[in-house]
Formats: sequence, C-alpha cells, structure tokens
Amino acid sequence: MTDFSIIGKPTAMVDAAEKTTGAGKYTDDLCLPGMLVGKILHSPYPHARIKSIDTTRAERLDGVVAVAIGKDAPKTYGILPVGHDEYPLALDKVRYVGDNLACVAAISEGIAEKALELIDVDYEVLPAYFDPEQSMMAETNLIHDHKPNNLEKDYHHVFGNPDQGFAEADQIAEARFIANEVTHAAMEPHSTLASFEIDPHTGQPGRLTVWSSTQVPYYLQHKLSLVLEMPMQQIRVIKPLVGGGFGGKSEVIPLEIIAAVAARKARAPVKITYTREEVFWAHRGRPRTIIDLKTGVKNDGRITAVKARVVQDGGAYCSYGVVTILYSGALLGALYDIPNIQYDGYRVLTNKPACGAMRGHGTVNVRFAFESQLDELAARIGMDPAEIRLCNLLKPPCITVNGLRVQSYGLPECIEKTVNRSGWRERKGKRPRGRGLGIACSHYVSGAANSIIRSDMPHSTVNIKIDRDGGVVVYTGASEIGQGSDTMTAQIAAETLGCSLSRVRVIAADTDLTPIDIGSYSSRVTFMAGNATLRAAEEVKKLIAAAAARKMDCAIGDLQFRNDTVFRKNGHANQNESGGDSRPRLSGLAQRREDALQPTVSGHVEGQILRGSLQQKRKDEFPKNSMTFEEAVVAAIDFHGALTGTGSYAPPQDARGGKHKGAGVGPSPAYSYSAQVAEVSVDEDTGEVTVHKVWAAHDCGRALNPVSVEGQIIGSVWMGMGQALTEEMIWKDGMLMNPGLLEYRSPSSVESPAVEPIIVESLDPEGPFGAKECSEGSLAATIPAIANAIYDAVGVRLYESPFTPERVLAALRARKNAKPLNLTEGIDPTAPTRFREHGGSLCFKGKGPERHALDPARRETPGGSPK
Amino acid sequence: MKKELIELRVNGRLHELAVEPNAVLLDVLRQELQLTGSKRACDDSSCGACTVLLDGVAMMSCTMLAISCEGQEITTIEGVSEHGSLAAIQKAYGDWGGAQCGFCTPGFIMTVKSLLAENPDPSEADVRAALSSNLCRCTGYNQMYDAIRSAIKAEREGSAVTK
Repeated sequence: MTDFSIIGKPTAMVDAAEKTTGAGKYTDDLCLPGMLVGKILHSPYPHARIKSIDTTRAERLDGVVAVAIGKDAPKTYGILPVGHDEYPLALDKVRYVGDNLACVAAISEGIAEKALELIDVDYEVLPAYFDPEQSMMAETNLIHDHKPNNLEKDYHHVFGNPDQGFAEADQIAEARFIANEVTHAAMEPHSTLASFEIDPHTGQPGRLTVWSSTQVPYYLQHKLSLVLEMPMQQIRVIKPLVGGGFGGKSEVIPLEIIAAVAARKARAPVKITYTREEVFWAHRGRPRTIIDLKTGVKNDGRITAVKARVVQDGGAYCSYGVVTILYSGALLGALYDIPNIQYDGYRVLTNKPACGAMRGHGTVNVRFAFESQLDELAARIGMDPAEIRLCNLLKPPCITVNGLRVQSYGLPECIEKTVNRSGWRERKGKRPRGRGLGIACSHYVSGAANSIIRSDMPHSTVNIKIDRDGGVVVYTGASEIGQGSDTMTAQIAAETLGCSLSRVRVIAADTDLTPIDIGSYSSRVTFMAGNATLRAAEEVKKLIAAAAARKMDCAIGDLQFRNDTVFRKNGHANQNESGGDSRPRLSGLAQRREDALQPTVSGHVEGQILRGSLQQKRKDEFPKNSMTFEEAVVAAIDFHGALTGTGSYAPPQDARGGKHKGAGVGPSPAYSYSAQVAEVSVDEDTGEVTVHKVWAAHDCGRALNPVSVEGQIIGSVWMGMGQALTEEMIWKDGMLMNPGLLEYRSPSSVESPAVEPIIVESLDPEGPFGAKECSEGSLAATIPAIANAIYDAVGVRLYESPFTPERVLAALRARKNAKPLNLTEGIDPTAPTRFREHGGSLCFKGKGPERHALDPARRETPGGSPK
Repeated sequence: MKKELIELRVNGRLHELAVEPNAVLLDVLRQELQLTGSKRACDDSSCGACTVLLDGVAMMSCTMLAISCEGQEITTIEGVSEHGSLAAIQKAYGDWGGAQCGFCTPGFIMTVKSLLAENPDPSEADVRAALSSNLCRCTGYNQMYDAIRSAIKAEREGSAVTK
C-alpha cells in the first residue's frame, strides 16, 4: 500500500473552527443594508382553483414594501427537464396545503406576518386525492391537466426471464411492504437572500446575487434564469455554510425563487427563511412507498428472480419523482447477482407536498422490502441469513442484468467483518427472548453517471491557482453541506502537491468564481469533484516538476513532492525514505534549515524568494537535492509565467448504463457497499423496540478522512434507525399532523444506539486514490437489519415502517390470532371513517387544527358539523 | 409594539438596547447584537440550537423574552472561545467529528459547558441524558461522546500541567 502523508489520516474539517465557535455564516446569519423580510402566504386547501387574489389591503399596511403574486413570475420550472410543473407562486391552482400563493416583503417579520392576513384570496375548492392507489383511478379534477390518472410516470422493465426464474425457484415469497413518508428535517431551515445590483450603464436593476442554503448552486442559477427570464451570466449564486441537506436542498425550493421575485418587485434585498413548520411543508422527502415484492430462491440459496411493483405517493409536483421511481427499480441490481428482474414502478401525484430526493434516493424503501423478504426466504430454506447473502454475490468486474457496471465490490468483506465483530455466529438465535440480531446489506451510487440535465459537459471541473507566496487556492463548485466536501478537496490537492493542508484554501460553490459542478447530491462529490481536483493538482504539479527538475538538474520522474518539499528520490536527503522508513522524513521547517546551511551566492535563502528572480537565479545556480515548496513554486512561475491547473471529470462511457427507456438512472462509475447487524430488544407488553447496537461495515473504496467516513456511516445508520422506528409524516386529509421536530420524533441522544463503524477499503480503480461514496449507502441496510432483528427477537415480521409500538403490538396480537387492536379509531371525532394506515397516532387525542368552514373534511364529518 | 430600553450583559459586555417587550432573546442576540452563532431551527424549544447560558444554566433562547434576562449573565457560543483560541470542547468537537454541518453545534457546546460545570466527570448515561435536550440530524451523536470524553481529558491534563 502506498504511503500517504495527508489522506487516510483522521483530519478535523477545514471549517471546523468556524462551526464550533459560531463564527461561520449560514444564509440566515447574513444581513444587507436595507434588507427586507419576506413571508409567504400558503394555501389552506389541498386542492383549489384560485378565483381571485387581492393584495391591496396588505399593500396599504405601513411597512409593507411589496406583495408578489403568481403574475409577477408566470413561468414554470422544476428540477427535472421533464418535470417543469411548478410556478414560484401559484397562478391558477393550489395543489397541497402549504402551496405558495403570495409573498410579502416588509421591513420586519411582524409586519410581514400581519400583512399575510390582509391578503384576500377567493378559492374554488376541488376534490383532493391523498391515497396514491385511489389517485391513480382519478379521471376528473386531475392535479395536473396533462397527467391522466394523476400518474406522473410509470416504468415497466423486464430483464432476463422472470417467469422462468420463478418456475425454477424452490421457494417463492410474496408480500406487500409499506414504507411511510419521511423527511430530511435538516437542522438549518431553508433560507435565501436575494439582491439586485443597479447596472451602471442602464441605471436599471441588473445583476442578481443570491445567497442560499442549497446543495447545487448551479441548478439554482439555471432555474432562476428560467423563471426570471435573465441570462445565467447575470445571476450569481453563492452558497454560504449549509446546515445539512440530505437531499432536501438538492433541488430548487420555492422560497429560493420567490425571494428573487420579491426582491425584483420590492427593489430591495429580500431574505426569506422558512419556519420549521414551513420546512415540513416544503418537504421533498422520501415518498410513502407501497412495494409488492416477489422473490424466488432455490434451496441452495441462489436467488432466481425478483418481481417488484412499486407505487410512490409523490405529492403534488414532479420534483425528482421520475428519477426516484427509476432508482427504486434500477438498484434492485448491482448488490446481488439476480439473473431475472421484473420491475413496474408508478410515480403518482397526490394533493400533498411534493416528495423529492432524500439520502439513499429511491433505493431505501425497496431495500427494506427486499432484505426483509430475503431473510424470510433464508428462514424457509433453513439457511443462515448471512450465508444466503454470501450465496448471491456478484463476480466483478461485471455488468449486471440491468446494465450496471460493477468494478470494486467490497460486499463480501463487509459481510464477513460485520458478522465477526457482532459475534453473529455465536449469538444469533441464542439471545434471551425479546432480544435478537438481524443482518441486512445495501449499496449506493458514487454519483449518477448521467446528469439530469442532458449534456456532454463534465460533471465536475476544478481550477487550482498557486501564487508566489506558495499558497494553493482550489476553486470548486462542489458544495460543502456538512459532509466534508471542502476538506476532501483540500486533502486531495495537498496530497497530490505534497504540501501541507494549511497551505490549501478552498473557494467553493460561488457561480462567479468556481467552475460548473453539478453539486452535492447522489454522493457524487468525493468520486467526481475529487477526481477533478486530483487532475487539476496533477496538472499544476507537472509545471512545478518541470521547473524543479531543471533547477535540480534531474529527470522529472526522479522528483518527489512531500511535506512542503520537492526532492530527488535518490538524493542524500532522501535516504530514510528510500530506506523503507514510512514516516515523513523532515518537516518543512527542518528542511529549510538544512538548506540554509548550504552555500549560496547571496548567503541567504529564507526571505529572499520574493526579491526578484535575478537574485534567485544566482542563488540557485548549484543543482540541489531538494527545494522547499515555495522555491519550487517561484521557479515554476519564473519558468512558465503562471501557475494554474484545471481538471475535470466525466463518467466513462461504459459506466453509463444500458439502452432501455429509463436506463439513464442507476448507472454510476462505482458503487459503495454496506452490511449491517443490528441488535434490538422488543417489549412484548408495550410493543416498544429498542436498538442497542448496530455494527455497520461500509466499503468506501478508500477512506480519505477516516473520521469523516465514520461520521457518515454512523449518521446514515442513525437516520435509517429513525425511519425504522419513529420518524413518520402523519397525514390527515392533506394536513400534516406533526410538523415539528419533536412531533416528527427525530431521535435524541437517549434513543440513539451505539454504532460501530467498520471501514472496508476495496480501492476502486477509477476513484480518486480508490475512494467511493460513504454518505448514503449505509442508510438503507439499517431498516431491514432492525426488521430482521425484531423477527429474531419475537418472531413477527413487520411489513410497514416505522415499527412503532402500535404496529409491533398489532403484529404480535395477529400472530396469537387475537382480535387485532385498532388503537386509533374512535379517538378523534373528526377522524376519517376508515383508518388510514398512514394516519392517526396514539398520542393524538385532540380534535385537530381548526378547520376552515369550507374544508372538505369538515363538511363530510358524519353526524353534523363539529364546533 | 413600543420598545423598551433594557440592559443585557452578554459575554461579559454590557449592552443598552431598545427592544420590543415581546422580542425573544434569540432574535435580540442575532439581530441587534449580530451574535449569529446561536441558531434558530425550530421556533418552539424542541431542538436546542439556540441554547445559551443564563448565569451558567443552559436555556433555550428562542422561547425566552429578552426583557426577562436583564441582570443575568448571558453567555453565547461567541463567549466560549478562550482568548481568541478554541476551548478544549470546541477543539475536540472538530477533531472527533462531533460537528458535521455545524448548525446544531453551538447549542450542543453550550449544553456540554453547562453539564461539565455541574458534573465535571459525567458517565456516558449522564452525557446522553444532558444531550437529549438538543437535536442533531448529521452525526447520530456517537462522535460527540468521544469528543466530550477527550475534552474532559484535555482539560484535566491542561490543568495538571499548570499546577
């Protein structure tokens, strides 16, 4: 293994001090002179036509500068080119409770809120659809007129021969799984500040600058340009620190455009920050998914075929929906060797906030179903659940039946390590009653091989500039959102150039300064922006090496860059290096001291390098065995004139997938792999599940920064555990019942298990230093690992997540053939006549929020109108 | 609403401020004093990102009236760094991955400060119980425990050296 001086060592993030001292600025911390506060009026109805909207009373309120409505920007947009179905502010129709109608820009938050109450809107309430399977049968009052049956998109894929596969199977399992809706709930609420500059030539508002909590400045710039009808070069998007994304900031959220529309109308900078409740309404999380899954295995454990029908409750707009439904099918492949796959995916529109991309995009819910079913089949054929997974491994390098190219494949090692560390073989099935172990695996892409905006442009480009001071500045469009992207960039640049980390400064995610990068989502940054950084650094290094070789009178190939020094591999200063000592030889300072002892013309070395190249030239007449990084940089600038380098990355053609319709989603240059064992206990009286520990092995190719990799693994497992046990968006007739962090039940430290992260390094042939993704792949395995552990503990299999006490108790009672307990019916007088699987909570005993007189739920309440 | 004149002592400095009687401490800190390290993430004291110390006790400033804090010593995250360099807990949070996106970090550090002031040698259960007042969506909390352990150790070794 190669010896590295920077990568592979636990490194504090380059922006850690900004974060721990509170000095770092997030969007909501920014302030401009004359800045106004924007507040958005949201729809109280799930589905209604806007008959009229009157803002005059609001505009008359003292302190209100402008009220923007749909007519101020009547252009559609959407994150996908095929899904341009959103207006920044609704023009004719609102499609979910929380849809955006108007924006008040006022001098204070209080005044803006007061003004919202003075906007008069006349609605014609329409029938609404909340259940995806009912919505699919709709023929009238469609959510979008051009989408018959409220079907956003459906895909039907057949790979291999599934019918024959099932005929060959010895055991076939078939079941319906439901995974309820979850959301990112990133700690930082979305926030955007928009400001126009006055053009000196026309005297009119000209360039627009937007600071926003976004994962993809480039997409925001693109959509702003569409809606505002301004050229992209007139728009600058800057990403300050971002307080977590998890996919929720990977597309353009309405407020990002509304702030710009309001700023244009108010002719003043406008900042909008969502309240926590608005963040829940903005949503774009993981859709409620219904999975009808059928799997066949032979008695030797081999999977013969898989058939999945997936229905996603996508909400009112397309968002990333088409991609999500494709991921659900495509990533059935590339984890195990499955010869025959049939996939039918339906993305359905409903009158709820749009769902979008969330950590493990599209793969998580299907993985829960698949890994649970595999566990069931292992039990039927009497095979150990870890063993059945080892029976179905891919043999890379290979191309899967659905066209995904797999090269590095650390799954076998992940399973082996997690089984060993957790004591699986000794402890599985031997726990006391109520306590159990479960295993599951998952995988994820290291960036999509095809960009959502079809073009031949590279997915990442990075520029590096080094000046005579020896400072290395890296310009990258990749967005740091807490995952450590800036640190990764700095590490790769420093490692390649052989300089210290403190020398490198990363300028990131500012569309005026940094080259186009398609941003931080689908776990693409380390692989793609990392490769671009590596190439840019290598280009600069070549220039430095050429100059240094000339000075040292040796071949370029003899030079080595390390610890802020450029030296000859076989020079005397390099003896302990070539002697096999793996430790860095001399610190930069010590080396410089040594150099200072050597005779030079001027007698000085240090401090002279800026005095002029003539003196430098005289001083450096004697060939040396080593140069400091600064000396080499100065020599290179003297020689080449300037020291810059550019690197870009585009996924190779053979990694871009098959030719079938929808083949563009799923392919990736590399996949990460994860295997996990969870230990849980189940209280059979209360139905409460406690996760004690999760052992999570993750194949990340190479851990560039182990502390970050472990952090990402633990964070993914934790978020998966949240979805498995507590997190759920509870809907009642299009109203979100739990729009708060406590009500949503994000786990706190007392509910969170110990997670033992195990790093597996498979060294991908195309990754930067072999690295792949590590931020998303682990999430999907946690949910089925917990489900399988519950089965091991108490013998019931749960088909619907989250595994709340109600559901666990119901499953336990059903096994005893007792009458199922319906715990939610009859508690709430305004509850729908039929208990919706995704509605109702034990804790909720009230009557719900005050409903509008015209609210359909209120009018339909049996037994007269409630008070 | 008519503003009232109040005096707030924040990080050892006395500020005279005109605030609306219904202004919450968090807004006054962030908007009037530009101390933006305390964050607003939930509006209803469920997440702890706005945690500050009032006379050494961790409190959530998003649901506390600014005028009720007169005469108390308010410490925000900006007052934690010691003489312009990182306090042990801040350094440890960076080194051990206790902070990822960093949005919840100031609140957590204030909670830990208050915990350690009360209990200089907390067990892991004590730490978990104390941290449960704050929410984090990135880290899964595990690396924070390592950071806190290491900060306690560093503090102890630091004070042993000065003796």
